[in-house]
Amino acid sequence: MSQPVITVEGLGKRYTLQHQASSGLLRDQLAGFLRNPFRRSKAANATAEDFWALRKVGFAVNQGDILGIIGRNGAGKSTLLKILSRITEPTTGRVSLRGRVASLLEVGTGFHGELSGRENIFLNGAILGMTRTEIRRKFDEIVAFAEVEKFLDTPVKHYSSGMYVRLAFAVAAHLEPEILIIDEVLAVGDQEFQKKCLGKIEKVTRNEGRTVLFVSHNFAAVRQLCTRAILLHEGRVVTDAPPVETITQYMKMMPRSQGSSAYRHIAGDGRARITALRLNAPPGAAPVYPIFENIRIDIDFTVQSSVGALEFFLLVYAEDGECLTASFQRDTGPFTKSSGPTGTVSAVFKNPFAPGRYLVSAGIFDSTRQFLDWVEFAESFQVETGFADGRAFDQRLGRFSLLPEWRT
Amino acid sequence: MTETSNPSEAPTLVLEAGRTEAHYWRDLWRYRELLGFLAWRDVKVRYKQAVLGVAWAVVQPVVQTFLLTFVFSKLAKMPGGDIPYPLLVLAGLLPWQLFSGAFSGAGSSLVTNANLISKVYFPRLIVPLSAVVVALIDMAVLLVLTGGYAAFAGVAPTWRLLLLPLFIFGTMLIALGAGLWITALTVKYRDFRFIAPFILQVGVFVTPVGYRTDFLPNWRDILAFNPLTSMVEGFRWCMFGGHSEFYVRGLATSLAMTAALLASGLWFFRQTERKFADVI
Repeated sequence: MSQPVITVEGLGKRYTLQHQASSGLLRDQLAGFLRNPFRRSKAANATAEDFWALRKVGFAVNQGDILGIIGRNGAGKSTLLKILSRITEPTTGRVSLRGRVASLLEVGTGFHGELSGRENIFLNGAILGMTRTEIRRKFDEIVAFAEVEKFLDTPVKHYSSGMYVRLAFAVAAHLEPEILIIDEVLAVGDQEFQKKCLGKIEKVTRNEGRTVLFVSHNFAAVRQLCTRAILLHEGRVVTDAPPVETITQYMKMMPRSQGSSAYRHIAGDGRARITALRLNAPPGAAPVYPIFENIRIDIDFTVQSSVGALEFFLLVYAEDGECLTASFQRDTGPFTKSSGPTGTVSAVFKNPFAPGRYLVSAGIFDSTRQFLDWVEFAESFQVETGFADGRAFDQRLGRFSLLPEWRT
Repeated sequence: MTETSNPSEAPTLVLEAGRTEAHYWRDLWRYRELLGFLAWRDVKVRYKQAVLGVAWAVVQPVVQTFLLTFVFSKLAKMPGGDIPYPLLVLAGLLPWQLFSGAFSGAGSSLVTNANLISKVYFPRLIVPLSAVVVALIDMAVLLVLTGGYAAFAGVAPTWRLLLLPLFIFGTMLIALGAGLWITALTVKYRDFRFIAPFILQVGVFVTPVGYRTDFLPNWRDILAFNPLTSMVEGFRWCMFGGHSEFYVRGLATSLAMTAALLASGLWFFRQTERKFADVI
């Protein structure tokens, strides 16, 4: 194999955080100057603090690789992508990119609600770096991919959110750069369409030797799609390995119960919010359960305004990032009526999981299934190598234990 | 897929602190279509949203023409020569509208395009440039109106009209220079959003939109420091032929001022530009 397509060496990015007074208003700086004419106004009324979003990041990507980038919020993923897509400059280090780069940091960047679908395809294509002839050539393909033929001349402000996202994706999916940089964008859109997009990306890389950088929280996608993944933590690359290994590393770093203030809210509009997940355990002890023991998860929440009925859901992840189960309140019971400003909902189940460590995510829908909140990997629990009745756990295959009724 | 991609043949792009310089002008050329699209979007959206559509581009200058004619001709009793005074004002409003449209458009352009700037790379110079293009299109509407009025008033065009594009271009350069300054300053100091309209309020009087400089010999050299002065004169010279004389020394001053404004604007804009995405 020839040289790598992307080489990143010693990359660092420093942001200067301005505390209080200096608001970037000329009048403040003038006022500061008048008050204290012999000192630089900046030094007089503000303290600046350096913050390194990235430090000494280095990696290389070969042609045809799909590199996954994972890490918590604030780990530096977005900064890295912004540097690679030339939106901002690095403070130290260098990056070399061989080939045309297209980046997709947001779905539908530059879409304008007043313009029709047709017009937005051209506008968005140009923004993403396509030429007019290129867009014209792929126009029909884009429209077919997005499934919006009938609404081409309708202003996109009248589109449903699904249609909007589909159209935006479709334009991006038809870019033909040598290097494609994608951020988190697959988190939106319906399942069916997500699959179609992932398929398209995969096809493009496999068949045409393109290189993809892919940031996502969707570990299933990272595992399925990526050939390699790096884990960023506090601005540094801590793992650079095959995706399953990197995801496992990430999950291991997840909550050593840092408390509910560290929860990552990855969806929802905040009309209701999860304030804590509590797993039943003796005070001060970490939650550890034998198989078939009752697990009780209490979800504390606050309600901002009247949102009507709330529907809760729970997700349990294994340490390799696979989501093992998703339980919705609609499966088994009535929804929760939000009466007061705060409340608690409990889920009780017999622990079916095989020994190991598990992470719990939880969320709330309103009655129309709009996300109100979704906290990811908020808490974790351990399953010990034994059953609730005291029997030891013998080595076996599988991740679940059912309680079948054996008929003889 | 017709294109074959072979990265070993593709140009290598190196990103380092302070390295954007190298590709800037080439990139600007490569992104010229985006410039067209952004301008097209702004024009289209404006005329789609306003119920009056094109009428808005007409009503505003018509009202302004009446006001300026009233103030300068009727109240201040400024002489108009043998050109109908409203026509004199309209000819002055043409470059002025081009300038002020581009200037205020550029000032707000980074706020309206904030999400583009934080999500996509393109030479940022395109943003104020597209404001100039939008203003040019608005001016074209006014130009048609002025032409109609001139025909009605019986002012016949001469060969000089062919030189009008030169003055339009000159006005665009001034508008771009000032637009670059205001764009970069607005990003750096948000309160320039409020200072920009004030500059325009003063500007319409400092520029001879509502009066003729050839009747103010003592002031001509001072007014020439405003580069727009010569452009206004130039517009009138092109449109009314021998009825308005042209002041060559003023034009020289104006061109020097334009060059200085444009060069300093470019320099300042390029200085500030690389921090745009971090600040917005």
